[in-house]
Amino acid sequence: MKSLLKQKNKFSDISYQLEVLKEGVTSQGLPHFSSKLVESDLFPLQPTGLDVFQINMGKMCNQVCAHCHVDAGPDRKEIMTKETLEQCLVAIRNSSIKTVDLTGGAPEMNPHFRWFVEQVYKLGCKVMVRCNLTIIVANKKYYDLPEFYKNNEVEIVSSLPHYSSKKTDSQRGDGVFDKSVKALKMLNDVGYGIADSGLVLNLVYNPSGAFLPPSQEGLEKQFKRKLKKDFDIEFNSLFAITNIPISRYLEYLVASENYMGYMEKLVNSYNPSAAKGVMCRNTISVGWDGFLYDCDFNQMLEMKVSVSKKQQHVSEFELDSLVNRSILVNEHCFGCTAGAGSSCGGEIA
Amino acid sequence: MKTYYNPDDLKKFSKIGEFQKPLADKFFSYYGDVFKEGALTEREKSLIALAVSHAVQCPYCIDAYTVDSLEKGCDEEEMMEAVHVAAAIRGGATLVHGVQMMNKTKEVSM
Repeated sequence: MKSLLKQKNKFSDISYQLEVLKEGVTSQGLPHFSSKLVESDLFPLQPTGLDVFQINMGKMCNQVCAHCHVDAGPDRKEIMTKETLEQCLVAIRNSSIKTVDLTGGAPEMNPHFRWFVEQVYKLGCKVMVRCNLTIIVANKKYYDLPEFYKNNEVEIVSSLPHYSSKKTDSQRGDGVFDKSVKALKMLNDVGYGIADSGLVLNLVYNPSGAFLPPSQEGLEKQFKRKLKKDFDIEFNSLFAITNIPISRYLEYLVASENYMGYMEKLVNSYNPSAAKGVMCRNTISVGWDGFLYDCDFNQMLEMKVSVSKKQQHVSEFELDSLVNRSILVNEHCFGCTAGAGSSCGGEIA
Repeated sequence: MKTYYNPDDLKKFSKIGEFQKPLADKFFSYYGDVFKEGALTEREKSLIALAVSHAVQCPYCIDAYTVDSLEKGCDEEEMMEAVHVAAAIRGGATLVHGVQMMNKTKEVSM
């Protein structure tokens, strides 16, 4: 399967996505996200601080997931350079950032990945890696990743949309479930997800279709029971994440004629408590080319942070202006505020 | 084309209060309480509702509780088993009346 960009699909065009997002609310007479924030006394949305520095190390990935908001895949060649990574290190060193969250694509496919993790670890920050699991078994050169993660006390966050192969493979590609199970066992073998090991392995659930995620707590119990019984796999926590209507997931919603209903559901499920705790309020997202965004979703919609043009790049990272900025919002933000809310760490409210 | 069932009508369910508000309010309050977590989990209640939706053959309910079951973390296998429970009870309910038929037959036969 090719990325939307490679297919020259109209949904790879940002302005088209924004048009569809707008139509999703206006044509149904639904309120705009910004007006819901006004009602909740949260407009303009502002940061509460800066704790998480999320870096998208590149769009290259060994998988082509059906819902991917990055439109990542083997045909995406955008990769963060060592120079940009060095600029990220300077920014991290000069701020009070506690957590560095590495994502992609498959961040491990960036040739400077291991060097960068070691540098961040030396700075005393917690390193999180959004590992797609299958990368660990994709090639011999990645087989020692579990050991590498362990040595750098990396916290692993991995997508596993279901404990059944059918549902996982329908979203993430044929054979992904079996490879993920193999990788999870390798992680368990070095101590990841095992009680009292101090090595954290969290899994991420996101719905395989046009519906909202279940309650995180109940689902976690279900996942733990099934994965233990069927595969003897252990993990720490399950994060339930809502699919955000952009990129490939947006394309799926429109093609399957679920788009209008999904937007209506997101808007009607708006939860002011979730809006108060959205992750963009304490996160900065760095794109593969070093530009700064409020979150990974705004990054994919090319909505750069609202600061001076010069300060929109990590090379000119300025903590004060960033924590005093207004966060840019659009209709896709309803995805983070629906029901119990959604963030890279799961439920919010 | 006009049809007896219109999927958009499901969204208007709450509007039944327009013609009789006090009873509608009581119904929706009761309905909300029924589906809250209690001795049964919300997930279990959703599967029961899905099965009953099929038994009463309500297309609105089937649409609503299919999505609700998915949003409660149920998978397709569990959902289809719930439908089979409904089918078994409906089938059984028909067949158990066969005893009545047998009784009557014996009553009127030599």
